[in-house]
Amino acid sequence: MEIIENTKYYDVIIVGSGAGGGMATKVLADSGLKVAVIEAGPHFDPANPDQQTQFKWAHESPRRGAGTQRDFGEYDMAYGGWDIEGEPYNRIGDTQFDWYRSRMLGGRTNHWGRISLRFGPNDFKSKDKDGLGENWPIGYEDIKPYYDKVDKLIGVFGTKENMYNDPDGFFLPPPKPRLHELFYIKGARKSNVKVIPSRLSVLTKRINPERGVCFYCGQCNRSCSVYADFSSGSCLIFPAQKSGGQIDLYVDSMVHRVDVDENGKATGVSYISKKDRLEYRLKSKVVVLAASACSSARILLNSKSTQHPNGLGNSSDLIGKYLHDSTGTDRVVFVPKLMDRKTYNEDGVGGMHVYSPWWLDNKNLDFPRGYHIEVWGGLGMPSYGTGFDPNLLNEHLGLPVGGYGNSLRQDVKKFYGSVMGMSGRGESIAQKENYCEIDPTQVDQYGIPVLRFNYHWSDFEKKQANHMHDTFEEIAHNMGGIVLGDKPGKDKNFGLHAPGRIIHEVGTTRMGSDPKTSVVNEFERLHDVENVFIVDAGPFVSQADKNPTWTILALSWRTADHIIDQFKKQNF
Amino acid sequence: MDRRESIKSLLVGSIAGGGLLLEGCAPNSEAVIKKNIWDYKYGRTPKEAAFDEKLLQEKFFDDSELNLIVVLANLILPPTKEGTIEQAGVPEFIEFMMKDVPEFQTKIRGGLMWLNSYSNQNFKKRFVNISENEQKDILDKIAFPNPDLEIQSHEVQFFSLLRNLVMTGYFTSEVGVSEIDYQGNMPNVWDGVPEDVLKSVGVAYDQDWIDRCIDQDKRNEQAEWDDQGNLLT
Repeated sequence: MEIIENTKYYDVIIVGSGAGGGMATKVLADSGLKVAVIEAGPHFDPANPDQQTQFKWAHESPRRGAGTQRDFGEYDMAYGGWDIEGEPYNRIGDTQFDWYRSRMLGGRTNHWGRISLRFGPNDFKSKDKDGLGENWPIGYEDIKPYYDKVDKLIGVFGTKENMYNDPDGFFLPPPKPRLHELFYIKGARKSNVKVIPSRLSVLTKRINPERGVCFYCGQCNRSCSVYADFSSGSCLIFPAQKSGGQIDLYVDSMVHRVDVDENGKATGVSYISKKDRLEYRLKSKVVVLAASACSSARILLNSKSTQHPNGLGNSSDLIGKYLHDSTGTDRVVFVPKLMDRKTYNEDGVGGMHVYSPWWLDNKNLDFPRGYHIEVWGGLGMPSYGTGFDPNLLNEHLGLPVGGYGNSLRQDVKKFYGSVMGMSGRGESIAQKENYCEIDPTQVDQYGIPVLRFNYHWSDFEKKQANHMHDTFEEIAHNMGGIVLGDKPGKDKNFGLHAPGRIIHEVGTTRMGSDPKTSVVNEFERLHDVENVFIVDAGPFVSQADKNPTWTILALSWRTADHIIDQFKKQNF
Repeated sequence: MDRRESIKSLLVGSIAGGGLLLEGCAPNSEAVIKKNIWDYKYGRTPKEAAFDEKLLQEKFFDDSELNLIVVLANLILPPTKEGTIEQAGVPEFIEFMMKDVPEFQTKIRGGLMWLNSYSNQNFKKRFVNISENEQKDILDKIAFPNPDLEIQSHEVQFFSLLRNLVMTGYFTSEVGVSEIDYQGNMPNVWDGVPEDVLKSVGVAYDQDWIDRCIDQDKRNEQAEWDDQGNLLT
C-alpha cells in the first residue's frame, strides 16, 4: 500500500502531546498558526466518564487496584508502562535501563507527581562549579520570564523562600502539612536538613474560571476531572481548542520519520495509523518534536535521507548520547508514635505537602551535585496490598508475627498510617557513553526500528545514593522512627534505582552553541535543519535535582515564541 | 511523574504480571458469566476491559477448592459484626487474582492440595471435614514464619500468600474500608490535622508555617499577583 498523502498543509506539525507538545500547541495555536498534533495513543480527557478513574474504589474492580494492568496500579492514568506489547526496546550488555512510555493525549502529564521546580542559576552552569558535564548555552535569566508565565498560566503552589538556586515563582499558597509530614519536619530540622512547603502544580486556589479548585482527594495520578492539576490535555490543548485555535488532533498515530526535501529541509512527517495500519504523510512548514527524549531521538535517527545520511540533525553524531535520568533511592520508616491513630480524611493533594530542597555544599562531600527529599505516607485509601503482612511490624515491638484470627483485624488498624517513606531524587552527570541508538536487528509491530540502550551509573551517582540513605536514617532516628530493612550496600549500588526508573530521562538531543558538540541551538532548533525543533526533555544539557516538567514547559514556550517570531519574519 | 509511587506500590505489594492465557479451564455456565461480567465503569481502555471480561469468564478453582478457600478465609478472618469474608467478596477476588497473576496458581492450588494431604495423614479426613480445633492445630504449624529462616518452608509460604490475599481482599472491600475507617475519596477541604490529633501525639504546627498556607475561605477567589510574585487575593 502506498503512502496516503494528506492534502492539508499546516504551519506546524507537533509530534507528541505531553508537557512540551501541549505547551507548543497552546502558544502556536493561540498565535493563529495552523497546527497538527500527532499523538501515538488515543484521545484522553479526565472529565470523560468512560475514561475517568478518579474516585473509584478498589472494590469497584475485580483486582482491587492491583498493578497487573498498569504499573502504578490499575487506576493510575497512564496508558502504557515499562513494557508495551508490540513495542519492545533492547539493552546492550549488562545495561539496566527501563523506558516508561505513556501512549495517550497528554502523555505522562496525566499521572505525574506534579512536582514543579524551577532550575536555579547554578543548574545551568554546573560545569563552572565542578568541571563536570557541560554548561547550558542559556542561563536562568533567559528562562525566568517563561517560568513566570508558566506559573501564572498553569498554577503552582509553594512559598517564597529566597533560596538562590531554588528560585521563587508566582505561587499559590500551599496546603498545611499532614501528620507524618510534621514528624518529618521535626526529624529533618534536628538533622539540619532544610524543609519547606512543596511546590506542586495543583490548584489550591482558583486561577481562571475554566479550571476547578483542588478538592483534596489525593488522586492527581488519576488525572483530575475538574482540571485542578496540571495535565497537558486539560490545561493546554483543550483550552487552545476552546479559544478557537486551528488545531487538528491525529491520535493513535505513530510518527516514524521526518520527511525532507532535496535541500534537506523538513517537509512534514510520516506516520503509521494504529487504526488501519496504513502509512500517512502530513505536510507542514515547521516540525516540532515532543515525543519524549528517547522517542524524538528515535524518530530523528530513523529519518535517514541522502541529505542526512546519519539521521536527521545528526551531523554531530550526538543524537541519543548524554541520555541521563535522575538518581533515586527510597527508604520506609515505621513511626511507633503513629500507631493506633485516630482517623480522619488526610487525602490532601495528590503528593507531598512538604519536601527538602538540596541543602548542602558539595565541597565537603565525595560526590558532585545534589538531591532533594520527597516524603510520603498517611491515612491513604486502601488498595491492593493493604493488609499484606498485617503484623510484620510486630517484630519491632517484641510481639509475634503471623497467625490468623480476628487479632489480625486489630493489627491492620493498629499499623494503619504508621508507616511513611522518604525518596531521594538527585542529579546525575550526563555522560556520552550513556545513550540510546537504533537497534538494527529489530522493528516494533509498526515496522519501525526500535531503540537499544547503553547505560551505566558512575561512582558519583552511587555515592550520592549512599549519602541519601545516611540522611534517611538520621532523619528517621530524629523523628522517633525505625527505618525498615538494612541499608542497601555497595553490592546493591546503595539502593540506587536502575536508570530510567525515575522517569526523568533527558539529554538525547542536547542544546549548545557549537554544532559539533550539541544537537540543537538555544531555541531548541536542530543545528542542521532550519525548520525542526525539539521541545521535550531531549535538549536538556543537565537536569539538576529538579523534576524536568516545569523546565520543559518554560523552554517549549520560549521556543514557540521564537517560531512565531520567525513566521512573522517569513523565515519558513 | 515521580517514582515515589513505584515504591509505594512495592510497599503495598502490587505485583506486575498477568496476560498469560490459561489452558484447560472449563468455561463457566452462562448464568455465572452473566453474573460475573463486570459492568462497572472504571476507566479501563477497551483492551483492558476485554482482558478483564475474559478472565471473569474463566474458572480456575473447582468447587471443592473454592470451598476450602472459604473455610480457610473464615479461619483467617472469622465473621464479626464489622463484616464477613463473604460480604467482602474475598473468594471471588482470590479466584480472579489466580488468573490475573498466574504465578499464584501453583502456589495456592498446590498448597491447598498439601493441606488436604496433611489433614488426611493426621486426621484421616480432608481439611474441611475435621473439627475446628483440629483445623487450628494445623494452622498453628503453618501460620507463623520462623524468624531464623531466610526462606520459609513451602507450607508457611502458602499460608502467608493466602493470608495476604484474604486480608487485602477484605480491607479493600466496602466493609473493610469502613472497618479500617478510611474517610477520604470524596471532595472535601483539607485544612490541617485536627487539633486533638496533634495533641495526642505531641506535635504542633509552626504558626509562621501555617500563616503562609492556603486560607480556605479564599480558595475560590481568583489568584492575582504583583510583579514580585506576591499574592494579592
